Formats: sequence, structure tokens, C-alpha cells
Amino acid sequence: MRYKDTSDLEISLLLEAIYRKYGYDFREYSQAHIRRRIMNRMSASGFEDVSQMQSKVLNDEAFASELLQNLSITVTEMFRDPVFYRSLRENVIPVLKTYPFIKIWHAGCATGEEAYSMAILLQEEGLYDRTTIYATDFNQMALNRAKDGIFSNKMIKEYTSNYQLSGGKESFSCYYTSNYDNVIMNQSLKKNIVWANHNLVTDSVFAEVNLILCRNVLIYFDKNLQNKVQTLFYNSLINGGVLCLGSKESLRFSDLYEQYIELDTKQRIFKKKY
Amino acid sequence: MHYEAIVIGVSSGGMNALKIISSALPGDFNIPIIIVQHLSAHSDSHWINLLNEKSHLDVKEADEKEKIEKGNIYIAPPNYHLLIEKDKTFSLTIDERVNFARPSIDVLFESAAEAYTNKLIGIVLTGSNSDGTKGIKRIKDCGGLAIIQDPKTADSEYMPKSAIAAIVPDYILSLEDIVALLIQINQQKR
Repeated sequence: MRYKDTSDLEISLLLEAIYRKYGYDFREYSQAHIRRRIMNRMSASGFEDVSQMQSKVLNDEAFASELLQNLSITVTEMFRDPVFYRSLRENVIPVLKTYPFIKIWHAGCATGEEAYSMAILLQEEGLYDRTTIYATDFNQMALNRAKDGIFSNKMIKEYTSNYQLSGGKESFSCYYTSNYDNVIMNQSLKKNIVWANHNLVTDSVFAEVNLILCRNVLIYFDKNLQNKVQTLFYNSLINGGVLCLGSKESLRFSDLYEQYIELDTKQRIFKKKY
Repeated sequence: MHYEAIVIGVSSGGMNALKIISSALPGDFNIPIIIVQHLSAHSDSHWINLLNEKSHLDVKEADEKEKIEKGNIYIAPPNYHLLIEKDKTFSLTIDERVNFARPSIDVLFESAAEAYTNKLIGIVLTGSNSDGTKGIKRIKDCGGLAIIQDPKTADSEYMPKSAIAAIVPDYILSLEDIVALLIQINQQKR
């Protein structure tokens, strides 16, 4: 492949260097996004070009770890897209109720807001005690924060509104304790969540699960990587298991589209065929 | 000059401005148009349907990985940033807000400038913040054409004024004159 623009070549070499030295693979991410992140880091740190920054990345682990944080997406919220959670209650919970034990995989959970949302929903539906939620991410710093379950007070108003719009049955304030500028999620919500480091790009199947949620992660991947991760999900779901994607993510262009039926087309909820 | 795409950034007062532009362009307009309009995160696509009904072109929400084609007006979906890849397809992200906005005009404009370089037209319309200023500067730096709505004719003059303060625009025009210019550019193209 010939590169017209030197900075494209430099970015490609940097991603190769990060992969070979640290094992994190961004080579098949959407390029415009990666480019934006790398260029922002470069100018914030005062480098003249990407090659100059590459030497720093290879020789300074602290700087590399900072860049990895820049390349990882941790934007999330509780009950993000309330209509989706409403559909989850109506269309997926009845399926889950038929199982004696339930395994759920939150892939790319970032700081955990959606995993806690799921725990709340399952508690209200009387299913949480027989459920294990595997919440995974490749970003260990984000996972550590998720494990703590401490979130900023500033977001609570929006989360409460999301929760109510999603069909929540209680007062949202009974799920956390306020403490100065933060809220701490209830211990009872954490007990069946297993937080684990897992990289969708480089790691493989680790469990057979009834439900996978992976929302707004695949949009960052190119088509080839999307297909690889879709295969990973397919192989991790039991027959009849459910896959939930982000509201702008589709299975339609995936090789596996024929292997699912759509439970809710608009909310991107799919059921693996028997 | 053979322009291959037009990007438009618009904020408060934008609904009216977009109605004027999308309804006035002819059906044979063959430069794709990509728009960021600041909206609430929960807004639905009803207004896009309204624009589409009144337009000779197809007005639709931009889809992830969708190939950019002429004859279409693409709108960034609410609560996602819209970026353009060098292979002229769309990417969406949920990254942090930029200039308090998601979608952000700067994010679209900067990625479009990288993808289309000097074959891009950037247009900044009415709005009450400075989103789009960095983006239009990048478009100019990459050799593209910069058109700014005349602040005197804008519902909110802040956004066009902010852009004019940062660059030397190629044109400062009313909405009607912007439409006329685009039609003229489109005819030259054929």
C-alpha cells in the first residue's frame, strides 16, 4: 500500500509500534477517529510530528499509557438511550426468565454505568440473584473506576431522568448513597458483577452467555474487525441468546446477519437462531 | 474546480436556514451535502422527514460506514459525532462533546478537510456559539472553499462572526445568495 500523505503512514507505523510493544491493537479501528485522537495528543504534548511522538511512546511507558487512555472511549451513562432499556424490559427479560441461571456479558463496559443499570433492572425484575454479569474492558483504569462504583453527583439528575424514562419501578435514589460530590452505588448491585480485563480485538471466547450487550463499541472498528468481533459474539452466545448493539450499529452488513432474528429492529436487539 | 462535497455547520436558527437551502437546490445537484445541526440528544428524526418532503434531493440521517453519494443531503444523528473517512464513508463516535456539542461541527469539518482536501466546500451558518470556527480554518488550510452566512442575515450572528474573525472567507453571503452560488458551482462542474 502506498501512502500519499506522510502523516497517514506515520500513524499506521505508530499503531504497529503500539501493538508490537504493548499488545494493544488499534490497527483496524476507524481511521478518522484514531487520527483525531493521535493529533490531539500530539499537539497537546508539543510534538512536531507523529514520528517524534512514536519514539516517546516506545521509550516512556507512562506516556504510552496516557496515549492508550486517549485512544480508549470511556464516554457512557446510566440507562443511556432509555427507550432501549424499556425494550430490554419488554422483549428480553421474558426470555431471561425462562433460564434457571443467567449469564450476561457487557463487552466494552468502560466505567461501568451500563452494567450497574443492568443490575438495577434485574433486581427490579427479580432475576439478579440468579445472574452473573461479566463486565469487561481492555482499559484497566476504567475497570478500576467501575469496580469502585463511585460516580459524580453532577450526572445524577440526567441518570434519574433516564431511569424514569426507561420504565424504572422505584425511586432512583434508593440505588446509591450521596457523599459530598459523589454517589456510591449500593453494595447489593455489585455482588454479581465480575469485572474483568478482556480485549475484544485480541482476546477470545471466555464463556457461554445468554445475553451480550455491546453498545457503541463497534462503531469505532472497521468492517473487517467488526466482522471478527461479531463472530466472537456469535460463538459466545447460547442458541436463542440475545445480542444488543448501539442504536446506530447494525448487523445487516455483517456476515452473520442471517443467523439472527430481529427482536426490536429500531433498538438493535437480535436473537441468535436455534 | 471540481468540488466533491459540501459540509454545513449550523446551530440556533438552523431549522429555517436548512429548510431554505434544502428546498431550493435542484434535483440534478450532484455534490453531496453533509450537515451538522446542533440538537438535543433525544430529538427524533421527524424534522429530517419534513426537510426530505420539501427537497428535490434525498435528505437522510448519515449511517455508520455509509458511502457518501451525490444526490443526497446527509444529517449527523443526534448524540453522535460524525466523521468522514478518507475512503469517503461515514464514521460515528460517542466521544466527549466538543465545544459542548455532540455532534460537533469542528469534528465533521476537520475530518472532511483531511478526506477531501481542496475539493471541499465548507459553509458556516447561523448559530450562537463558536463551534465550526476551528473546522472552517482547517478547510481553508487544506485548500477548500469557505462560505460564511452574512451575520447581518443570520438569526444568530455569533457563529458566522466567530468564523469570519478566524479566516478570510471566500464568500460572505445571505442564504439566498449561498444557494445561487452553489447552483452555479454545480453547473460549472458539469
